[in-house]
Amino acid sequence: MINRKKILPYLLVSPYIVHFLLFVAFPVVFSIVLTFHKWNIISPMEYTGFNNYIRLFNDKTFFKAIGNTLIFLIIHIPLQIIVALFLAEILNQKIKLRGVFRGAFFLPVIVSGVVVTILWQQLFGFDTGLFNRLLTGIGFGKIGWLTDPNIAMTSIAVMATWKNVGLYIILFLVGLQTVPTQYYEAADLEGANHWQKFFKITLPMINPTIFMVVILSTIGGFSLFIEPYIMTGGGPLNSTVSAVLYIYKQGFFYYHMGYAATLGLFFAFIILAVVMIQKKFIEKDH
Amino acid sequence: MVIASIAPENEIGSLTLMPTSLTLTSYAQMVDKIPIGGAFINSIIVASSITIGVLIFGSMIGYALSKLVFKGRDLIFYVIIFMMTLPFQITLIPQYIIMVKFGWIDTYWALIVPYLINALSIIMFRQYFKSIPDSLIDAARLDGCNELQIIFRILWPNSMPAIITIGIITFMASWNEVLWPLIVIRDESLMTMPQLVTLFAVGGRAESQLGVKLASAVMLALPIVLAYLFFQKYFIQSMASTGIKE
Repeated sequence: MINRKKILPYLLVSPYIVHFLLFVAFPVVFSIVLTFHKWNIISPMEYTGFNNYIRLFNDKTFFKAIGNTLIFLIIHIPLQIIVALFLAEILNQKIKLRGVFRGAFFLPVIVSGVVVTILWQQLFGFDTGLFNRLLTGIGFGKIGWLTDPNIAMTSIAVMATWKNVGLYIILFLVGLQTVPTQYYEAADLEGANHWQKFFKITLPMINPTIFMVVILSTIGGFSLFIEPYIMTGGGPLNSTVSAVLYIYKQGFFYYHMGYAATLGLFFAFIILAVVMIQKKFIEKDH
Repeated sequence: MVIASIAPENEIGSLTLMPTSLTLTSYAQMVDKIPIGGAFINSIIVASSITIGVLIFGSMIGYALSKLVFKGRDLIFYVIIFMMTLPFQITLIPQYIIMVKFGWIDTYWALIVPYLINALSIIMFRQYFKSIPDSLIDAARLDGCNELQIIFRILWPNSMPAIITIGIITFMASWNEVLWPLIVIRDESLMTMPQLVTLFAVGGRAESQLGVKLASAVMLALPIVLAYLFFQKYFIQSMASTGIKE
């Protein structure tokens, strides 16, 4: 009886241990082994020393892909925060149909990225897309939303912002509720205007939420894949190849397993480094 | 988008808000061109299996970590926390190779098994179970319940908010997952909805037939949107509490 009691907890957690060893621990170790090999899965593995690493550091497309991903983040994160905070401020007032708006903004969050991408692909269309029709309608020229290499990544970042904004509105609304109303009342007595209240009270008080949004959208942004995969295939001129899309192509289009594993490992370190730097900033601020 | 999918093909380009006539031609052509019905069933099977598995395993492990005392408990907890911070980009290629070696490529196994254990759900169950008093469990033990009965008969009915939250997040994430199916499934008859719609959208088979493409996107969104209309409050609460997005 005592023995059974001792074994039981281990029985309960055993699915986790098996899963961890098989799908986490082993893959991590094996991915390091893979980085020293050339392998297309069919023929035997071939030891190549540091070749994959040398190739990585000379791979302009990969660094372009990392650069693209960073450009995406640099546009996406501030835009996300500004738009979400702005809408949350409005929805925090007692306006009519508040619940309806909140529900509508949240809808793209729960829908597949595939659906959102197909929808926006039509909006971005050069000849028949809604945006260019509006532009030509008011007398401007057409914009190559997805065909101009200088604009395509921005277009994708705007779409991603639209998709996720509902979630961050909710997070900001929760944050705004935590600001004590006395602060605003005191500010009103001092004759502060709306902007002063926003910058002096609201913004400092919801700092933790802003940092949370930064971290969440950073991690989400680093896994950018399906949007460029469907919309542009990485083009024009590789301007929308994200790091994950490039790893996917190396692995499952060319079957360069060793090289793709090297890219994955390297990119994972970049992600961890960026997130850790962000966390350092947060801790310093508090 | 819904309007465009039921508009006649020659009117979609003009993007009028109200087409002159409504038609289901796009839907009929979609059913004709791609195995959308099969993909729908595949998606239901995969997302339901994952959700049930995550709830069962998550509550078992969460229970052990919150209510039982054993050697290595803290270690396992820290490993789970660590697992949550590990970027998936590092394990993507080796996990695919494991699927190849198991002979799981083009099977449901590849779509389901790697997702049965979810770190976040374990942590959430652990947190929730901690708030349930030990006396309830002790009383059940005195009544002769074994540990599995305690989890599923005593704890589950008392943990509905956690179960709903985890269930919604898991089902939605599995329904929308697209990268992994793209990697492990090549056989069209086994594809899930997002994968099939993606390949249809990029593969050129929808060429010049925008209506069909939009119709397939509507089909992909429909179940989640319907669920959302009924359980909007739970969706928003669930996702706000975890900060998880697809």
